[in-house]
Amino acid sequence: MALAETKSAALAVTRAEVEDFLYHEAALLDDWRLDDWLELLTEDAHYLVPPNEAPESSFEDTLFIIADDIHRIRSRVKRLKSPDAHAEFPPSRTRRLITNVRILRTDGDEVTVAANFSVHRFRREGRGGEYVGHYVFRLRVTDDGFRIAERRAVLDSIELGALGAVSFIL
Amino acid sequence: MNTSPYIIDNPAENDFRLNRQTLVDPAILVQERERIFNTCWIYAGHESEVRKPGDFVTRRVAGRPVIMCRDTGGDVRLYLNTCRHRGAQVCRERKGNTKRFYCFYHGWSYDCDGRLVAVPGDDAYPDSFDREELGLTEAPRFENYRGFWFACFDPSVPDLETYLAGAKEYIDLVVDQSPSGAMEIVTGVQEYDVEANWKLLVENSFDDYHLHSTHSTWLEYMKDAGVNIKVPKGGGLLLPKRGIGRNLGNGHAVIDNANFRGRPVAAWISIYGDDAKPIVEAAKAELVERLGEERAERVANTNRNLFVFPNLMINDGSSVTVRTFWPAAVDRMEVTAWAIGPVEESPEMRKVRLDAFLTFYGPGGFATPDDVEALMQVQQGIAETVNEVPWSVMTRGIAKTGEQLNSDELHLRTFWRRWNELMTGTQAAAQAAE
Repeated sequence: MALAETKSAALAVTRAEVEDFLYHEAALLDDWRLDDWLELLTEDAHYLVPPNEAPESSFEDTLFIIADDIHRIRSRVKRLKSPDAHAEFPPSRTRRLITNVRILRTDGDEVTVAANFSVHRFRREGRGGEYVGHYVFRLRVTDDGFRIAERRAVLDSIELGALGAVSFIL
Repeated sequence: MNTSPYIIDNPAENDFRLNRQTLVDPAILVQERERIFNTCWIYAGHESEVRKPGDFVTRRVAGRPVIMCRDTGGDVRLYLNTCRHRGAQVCRERKGNTKRFYCFYHGWSYDCDGRLVAVPGDDAYPDSFDREELGLTEAPRFENYRGFWFACFDPSVPDLETYLAGAKEYIDLVVDQSPSGAMEIVTGVQEYDVEANWKLLVENSFDDYHLHSTHSTWLEYMKDAGVNIKVPKGGGLLLPKRGIGRNLGNGHAVIDNANFRGRPVAAWISIYGDDAKPIVEAAKAELVERLGEERAERVANTNRNLFVFPNLMINDGSSVTVRTFWPAAVDRMEVTAWAIGPVEESPEMRKVRLDAFLTFYGPGGFATPDDVEALMQVQQGIAETVNEVPWSVMTRGIAKTGEQLNSDELHLRTFWRRWNELMTGTQAAAQAAE
């Protein structure tokens, strides 16, 4: 019964609800409220950035840029909060523009959504860059609202090139 | 004491300094392309990238656009990617399989043996027009060692194996991980720019002195994950106290350390997860069976950062990475990095290898971005201060008579001495002394 209720709740998800959640997530990341951001993740969450060469691939047989399970996501946040994460010290300023939000499918208590992103990153002396691509989120519907089971950030650029690194949470 | 404008190399006085102009002067880069990249063997690619006839990859090698291709006879060839007619690139895809390289500008096409096979409207050419002479131009020299292919654009040089000298032994230690002696590049190339002089990445790639200051967050991560990052007490070759730096000849060098952190082949650590433990142990058992206890231990339980002069690193540590880089400008390099593993590796083992790679290496790893930041900080630090602060100090370990440590700078001096020799045409008097 509980499952059926959850399922019907998932099926009832609206794009506006998803958008509200994605905008909230983007605001937390832009504000570097990384501990609050961690609260949005499930205990089995993954954060993936596939390689520019093979955006549709699996991290099990392909070298990704980032393929974190929840443990490494937490370690990544711990690292990013340290002044010794030199690539992000002083922390970059970022501004995320999230658009073209679409609900792709629902499956049990999960809803898969896609969204385009343009993440502008600024560092001193004009450095930084514009990370353009799309997200695929697997969101789990819980009593506390959406939780992120997987976020896959797929870059459009043919190679990473002048962007250099993905040292912040994309 | 040498008289180079670039380095002060005087071991008798325990002095080795590097002129920072070598890292900021665009005129020096022009000379480097001529005297180093046009005369040395330059890494082009791995045999596994072109398995079948017609398989090709395109990239730049020594700055030149090239096609590395498996020809119809099964040989690997390296063509310059330029039409013999008016020069357009004849292949624009990153990789694939083809029977023809087609120049869309005027429609000339070439087969994968490099022959010119189609010329639209060829009745307009004079009788002297000879298709046989107008095939794709090949690199003058193209040879491989255990599947690693190198090109040289100077036809007169000694063969690749002679060039590799002592580096061969360390390539063997990587390839010996494979029961069949065949390694393969894993899909997912990492291509990124670093706003720094290319020689700074040579130094950084096998500089163990920077580990604790630059990579403290990575060490912290390992510790949090339950990996013992302390140097064990007692004997044995151990990082950082007892790892060594070695000159391998011809400018090649290595740092060679006993492993105490974990390697996919074949030292399990908690970070890999319990499921991976039997897989990693089985890999070790296979090594012992095939190579004997001593050699297996050498392959499985040492970390080696191998530098092949002038721009190839093969780092065999948390995972194996092949990394090459090209100076697009005096203060910007283009880096290409791959993961490589045994062809017969199981899917489970491959997963461990790739996961281990990402803990340290790559543009999203816990260490490489901080290296990139360090190199950019060097470039920014020196670019406009070179008149006031012209020299860098590179004397760690120089007063020692015996073995040099991985955190000393013998291996860096080895690179710079060879670089200086090629740039100035004179061998530093101190070369043999250290």
